[in-house]
Amino acid sequence: MDYFLSEEQQMIVDIARQITDERIIPNRAELDKNHEFPRQILNDMAKADLFGVPIPEEYGGFGGGCFDIVLTVEQLGRGCIGVGTAFAANFLGVYPIIISGSEEMKQKYLPDVATGKKFGAFGLTEANAGSDASGIQTTAVLDGDEWVLNGTKQWITNGGEAQIYSVVAITDRSRGPRGASIFVVEEGDPGFTCGPKEKKMGIRASSTTELIFKDCRIPKDRLIGREGTGFITVMKTLDLSRPGIASLGVGLGQGALDEAGKYAKQRKQFGKPIMAFQAVQHMLADMAIGVEAARALVYSAAKHIQAHPKDMSKASAICKTFATDMAMKVTTDAVQVMGGYGYMSEYPVEKMMRDAKILQIYEGTNQIQRNVIGQELNKEYSKA
Amino acid sequence: MKIIVCIKQVPDAKDVRLDPVTNTLAREGVQSIMNPYDQHALEEAVRLKEVHGGEVVAVTMGPPQAEEMLRLAISCGADTVVLVSDRAFAGADTWATSYTLEKALKKIGDYDLILCGKQAIDGDTAQVGPGLATRLGIPFVTCVQKVREATATGLVMERMMDDGYDVVAADFPLLATVVKDINEPRVPSLKGKMKAKKAEIITLSAADIGADTTCIGLPGSPTKVVDVFPPPARGERAVLEGSIDEQIEQLVDKLVPYL
Repeated sequence: MDYFLSEEQQMIVDIARQITDERIIPNRAELDKNHEFPRQILNDMAKADLFGVPIPEEYGGFGGGCFDIVLTVEQLGRGCIGVGTAFAANFLGVYPIIISGSEEMKQKYLPDVATGKKFGAFGLTEANAGSDASGIQTTAVLDGDEWVLNGTKQWITNGGEAQIYSVVAITDRSRGPRGASIFVVEEGDPGFTCGPKEKKMGIRASSTTELIFKDCRIPKDRLIGREGTGFITVMKTLDLSRPGIASLGVGLGQGALDEAGKYAKQRKQFGKPIMAFQAVQHMLADMAIGVEAARALVYSAAKHIQAHPKDMSKASAICKTFATDMAMKVTTDAVQVMGGYGYMSEYPVEKMMRDAKILQIYEGTNQIQRNVIGQELNKEYSKA
Repeated sequence: MKIIVCIKQVPDAKDVRLDPVTNTLAREGVQSIMNPYDQHALEEAVRLKEVHGGEVVAVTMGPPQAEEMLRLAISCGADTVVLVSDRAFAGADTWATSYTLEKALKKIGDYDLILCGKQAIDGDTAQVGPGLATRLGIPFVTCVQKVREATATGLVMERMMDDGYDVVAADFPLLATVVKDINEPRVPSLKGKMKAKKAEIITLSAADIGADTTCIGLPGSPTKVVDVFPPPARGERAVLEGSIDEQIEQLVDKLVPYL
């Protein structure tokens, strides 16, 4: 379907598509097999200016909005959501700076991210704080001109690969959610290390590690925004980034549909291509319905978020949930259409199905998303 | 370092048609791409510029529709693009083409280095690069797979051979043709694409470059193409599967009707 993209949006799509077709698809099986971080591909993307898409123009980016990053990430997701995740996690890492950071902080960090010279990462999750972010144990205590961080973050995307980390820590436990703050920690800061890479079911091209803080001392001005506003920044960051996850789902669904469709034309059983059988056609039709519906929803949600930055949560949660549930279903069905071949690692759909699962889990599980949507509905209907 | 890259728009290999009257390739209305070898030449020029400074000018002789390829060249890093275009150039062989390019390059002016693809994937002659250098009276090195060293006065290059490579040094001005091994062309950048959209395309006609009309286009081309035909379509193929014995049996079954 034609979504009437602007000339600039079409340029972004064309570049991301070329990177996906020429750099990601030929390499994705190896990256997955070797759990290899796609540094070269990310460098190619940086050269093509894609890292600048969501960074404001005054800091060396293109000043694109949520919709522009959605268009970029969708193409990457068609090739490999592991690579797409490694790319998108950069912005999760610097959105807190864009949303709440000081001018000096933006000047210091954003230009290097816009050119892909430095990568970003976002540290929120801990062993006892996932869906319930109030369980955070990591602390930050002001000691003279320095903050001292202690604690361990878990499952952090781009851990060990990024140079700029946005890290959430408790600065005043007595104040509950208003006692959390968010800081910039840089690679090489004293007392900061990353754990070994986790072994994962899917998105193996992306790096996932612990972030370990042992009396990690950082300058006072690394606090993003004011003390105690960490949760507000985190919520805004996730609202802004979730459509990106949704668009990874759209891209992944499209990639799985493409594989299944091509296969169904070429695979012959009972003397005909299996595409000729209604049972297969209907499966493919349902996959196409899911992908297109999710795409239309994600695009609309992204445009809404761009236009209404104070009213992001529901649109963000709705599109994330729908598109990622769709991706799980469509990739599973792609394996089914391809039968035994689909289950084999020589074909890409088994990886796609393994990869899809994370989309329903990270950046807020789809159950938590439904809570968010439910709470918003509760508010809306209370007014009536 | 001022580098001129000669690029050519060629029909996408998937979509080749011939003009039945002139026996030359039909170009209008056919999906066109930048000759893949030329993409590598352009990439090498841009890399040399990025390291040593200077300017990259991309030049093509072709119909007005080649403008699209020239804009792609800008989005991949060319600073200036020149379209050498005139109805009178139509039907040129490599002799007339190298003459036309010589005149165009003399009009464009000073250069240190001219880079070309090894050959174009349509005509596959590999003659225009060497022909152009000969007409300009400058040295040329073909099939360059690597630039080892670039100085203010020249290049040290590896020339691909059947059994390895030669190391060749040459002083500017010089012309080199490149093979695909030399680099991996970049994906156009967003800044490049935005620049390309607005870029001015310099157009030079036969009169602009002061070409002798008897030396250009079909009249200036001593090569007369007598016949051109696509390779015959491949016959039906089949892959036999199963054990060796089963395959032999299937093969015999297939051959028996022809006895």
